[in-house]
Amino acid sequence: MTPGMQTAGLSPLDRPNSYIGKAVPRPNLERLLEGRGQYVSDITLPRMVHAVFVRSPHAHARIVGIDVTEAKTMSGVIAVVTGAELAKVITPWVGVLSHLKGLKSAPQHAIAVDRACWQGEAVAAVLATSRALAEDAAEHVVVEYEPLPVVTNVRTALDPATPIIHAELGDNLAFERKIDAGAVDDAFKRSDKIVDVEFIFGRHTGVTLEPRSIVADWAPGDRRMTVYLGNQAPHMVQNIVAKHLDLEEAQVRVLCKDVGGSFGVKVHIYADEMATCALSKLLRRPVKFVADRVESFNTDIHARDHICRGRIGVSHDGTINVFEIDDLTGVGPYSMYPRTSAVEANQVIILIGGPYTTPNYRGRTRVVFQNKNVMSQYRGVGHPIACSITEGLVDLAAQAIGMDPVEIRRRNMVRDDAYPCDSPTGLKFEALSHHASLDKLVAMMRYDDLRAEQVKLRKQGIYRGIGIASFIEVTNPGAAFYGVGGARISSQDGVAVRLDAAGTVICQTSVTEQGQGSESMTAQIVASAIGVSMEKVRVILGDTDNTPYGGGTWASRGTGIAGEAALQAAKVLRGNILATAAAILQGKPDDFDIVDGMIVDAHGQQRIELNELTRIAYFRPDTLPPGFQPELMATRHYVPRQYPFAFTNGVQASWLEVDVITGKVKLLKHWVVEDCGTIINPQLVDEQIRGGVVQGLGAALFEHCIYDETGQLTNANMADYLVPMATEMPDIEVGHQISPTLESELGAKGAGEAGAAGAAACVSNAVNDALSPFGVTITEIPLTPRLILTALGRI
Amino acid sequence: MKAPAFNYARASSVQEAIDLLSHYGDRAKVLSGGQSLMPALNLRLLAPEWLIDIGPIVDLRRISVESGLLTIGASTRHADLHRSPDIAAHAPLLKDAVAHVAHPAIRNRGTIGGSLAHADPASELPACMVALDATIVVLGPDGERRIPAVDFFVGIYETQLLPGELLVAIEVPKRAAGVRHFFSEHVRRSGDYAMAGLAAEAEIDGDAFVRLRLGFFAVGERPILATAARHLIGRPVTEAVLAQACAALDDELAPQDDHQATAGMRRYLARQLLVECIVSLLGRSDLRTKVVA
Repeated sequence: MTPGMQTAGLSPLDRPNSYIGKAVPRPNLERLLEGRGQYVSDITLPRMVHAVFVRSPHAHARIVGIDVTEAKTMSGVIAVVTGAELAKVITPWVGVLSHLKGLKSAPQHAIAVDRACWQGEAVAAVLATSRALAEDAAEHVVVEYEPLPVVTNVRTALDPATPIIHAELGDNLAFERKIDAGAVDDAFKRSDKIVDVEFIFGRHTGVTLEPRSIVADWAPGDRRMTVYLGNQAPHMVQNIVAKHLDLEEAQVRVLCKDVGGSFGVKVHIYADEMATCALSKLLRRPVKFVADRVESFNTDIHARDHICRGRIGVSHDGTINVFEIDDLTGVGPYSMYPRTSAVEANQVIILIGGPYTTPNYRGRTRVVFQNKNVMSQYRGVGHPIACSITEGLVDLAAQAIGMDPVEIRRRNMVRDDAYPCDSPTGLKFEALSHHASLDKLVAMMRYDDLRAEQVKLRKQGIYRGIGIASFIEVTNPGAAFYGVGGARISSQDGVAVRLDAAGTVICQTSVTEQGQGSESMTAQIVASAIGVSMEKVRVILGDTDNTPYGGGTWASRGTGIAGEAALQAAKVLRGNILATAAAILQGKPDDFDIVDGMIVDAHGQQRIELNELTRIAYFRPDTLPPGFQPELMATRHYVPRQYPFAFTNGVQASWLEVDVITGKVKLLKHWVVEDCGTIINPQLVDEQIRGGVVQGLGAALFEHCIYDETGQLTNANMADYLVPMATEMPDIEVGHQISPTLESELGAKGAGEAGAAGAAACVSNAVNDALSPFGVTITEIPLTPRLILTALGRI
Repeated sequence: MKAPAFNYARASSVQEAIDLLSHYGDRAKVLSGGQSLMPALNLRLLAPEWLIDIGPIVDLRRISVESGLLTIGASTRHADLHRSPDIAAHAPLLKDAVAHVAHPAIRNRGTIGGSLAHADPASELPACMVALDATIVVLGPDGERRIPAVDFFVGIYETQLLPGELLVAIEVPKRAAGVRHFFSEHVRRSGDYAMAGLAAEAEIDGDAFVRLRLGFFAVGERPILATAARHLIGRPVTEAVLAQACAALDDELAPQDDHQATAGMRRYLARQLLVECIVSLLGRSDLRTKVVA
């Protein structure tokens, strides 16, 4: 704490006029509610053309020939471009990172050149004066395919008899990792009960309200590519576009204006987006591509799709002695670029058993190639799977020894006073609050009352269940996530703040906004640290030409990293303002404070407004003491370096009813207690938690990308792919524990993925709890009526 | 996801619509509420040369009651049905059923005529028409045809409507005093197409059915007026009688597999619906299948 920052013993963040911890409305709310958002599809540029991609109907096929003759003659058509033609202006990429040892993948082209490897991969682009005309012409691009054998089943993907998708790789294994900690075999031997089950997680996707969209504008005159993109990481995109289109980074400007939901779907750059940039360069004019809903289902990254055998050994006294997993996942034909498709599996294997003291753990995960759409990072990345396996096993262990699910957790969770400590897999925990969080949850949900109600209702043939799931969450990642593996994805963020001539604060930040409230969070911190009202702070983000360099918004890092950079930049600006005030008012900087945009003295007497200070600084510097130069702009960057990640923790509970006649699950109530350290805006945090919970509930009950054995996605529409809807969602009550990270002054950790991490796990546990009188255990999601009726032997 | 180009004609009268339909034949599609047609166009599942918009024809959006008959114009919105006092008084089954049709935005635009002419076997309203013994009134170049609902639906998206004909109205017999109804469906999410559904109407004398019309949907290629009802009419309903009816029902269903339910699951759900229906209509919870953990 800087001495000049003190006011009556309070830090600037908890002074009476602080916005920290307040549920203030988002600054961008009114604009968005007025329909004045500017999304990529709102952008229209002179001479702009629309790209439509002809996509492979086969999961795996050789492209024998493409006849574009008729399509080229059709109304409004500007060009029809094949993969081979486009390859002249854009190089292919390989989605591997060196720290994911052994990860391999094959070169992927923006548009397939010789071979399509999943149903939906682009094989040609049609450019026309409207999307509709381009779609008309696309129907007349004649592609001759020679279907190739498909690999769809992950269980047999590594069998010698299974064809190899990329012959040059030698097999279909993309990545494998093993962990062996403690004395696993001994621990099983001395366990009184061992539970051994297979968990199945359906493949699903992110379903952003706004589909992926891009306008690429290559301006030959100034040799610059301007890319308007719905994306979470503009500087990452800048690097990749430059790299593959033979440009310098300075020749590429990436703008991410309003974005209608991202959830990790938009943290990647997709082949069709890269193709759109290349098409703009090829045609020397702006090109727009907006994925339609069918394309979104076929090409937006999918996630989960794991089959995992899990074992747990437990003693009669409730001690969990050991966890063991063998995980298998299929990620499509390529590892996604640039963040790869190995991260989810890697997270699964390191996060198993995370909340518990159990020192014995053995794990293996294997990532295989298959002819389906690519999988990669989506909200929660591995956490929902690790949590479902861990907490599923813990509940089954409790059942095996006849112990209450809350009690077994209390006996095994890392004590709240045991920090800092490491997990058996080497994770470093600074300060977590498993026990306090569970105690709070149990009180919020009135656990004992619910148990009594459950017993009473069972006698009436009503089967309700309680499910609990504790979790740890990776947030605020440092360079360990991507940078050390060679990816040019920044883990640090930068914020610049300055006073304009009227005393308004202009803040440029490298964090981005897709609806989670980054703009509000930044404005709250900056306003509080300087001492102005939020209306006096204008936040600029999502523009590589106009923001400091930084990572963006993903991996629950925005507040913890960019928020700290904003605080530090604002503190420097505040110091500079006070120095200027002291020069004007002939005092010492420590004699003054800034309160609601006014310079006040030690007695609280108002002296001058900020706009008077800027008037003097900018227009009458001649009146300032000689040698004094006001510096009314400051920039700071931040990245955590003490801990690779700031782990958070939380616990969730579900109360639901299973209709044993129809197999339907009715969610009655959901509770979350989580600990993200310092909370900047409780409303935004709670909504992040609720949004994540709803996505987790979607995975638990509804969402499923259903492929047939030939690799066809059979439900690529909103009627057949079921997203969770308001009517089916329960009330979600959110509580907090607060264990700030001491690594930053702000103390904030991430909250964006905590909801998704544990929601499905507690629904699964609650369903099994409800069905326990029938002796039925289901370890597969989504928990459809069909699955439940089958398990009950009714159909 | 843009519709292929089409020509658009607005019909200002029924006659004009029929003239246009006769002229263009199967090159034309009628645009009513557009809630099924527009998605089909945007997905390029359909590419009609002409769309004939019957929206401007105000005569088609009405509900009237005359001498024992409720007449519903084809362009009547689902939302109109839901808030109509005449529907509530004379065909309460319909009021209950439309609440299950999709979501409010769709109910505000979707029409009864559109739903019946589209003939999705998983839709609620065709089964209601079968249960209510309604008559579908169509007009064509050769005049009017009045088709009983049980005959109107032929198969998946298939009806007796001929190219050039327009579905103009539905006639539903006013419900007599003492008639009871039942509506239920099993869906994944509220507003989804059903995995199985049942719309039923019954007259009861003492503890026995005098008349029982069971309109099942989503369990075959078209709404099914279940003949299994014959086992339940004119005799006291016992568990054995109900089991006999369930077995008979199983024989007359021909459900298909889809993402949400297998054929076997649909048969199972249809039997559960039948049981619930009889329990509800007779007020006999003792007949409910016992589930013992």
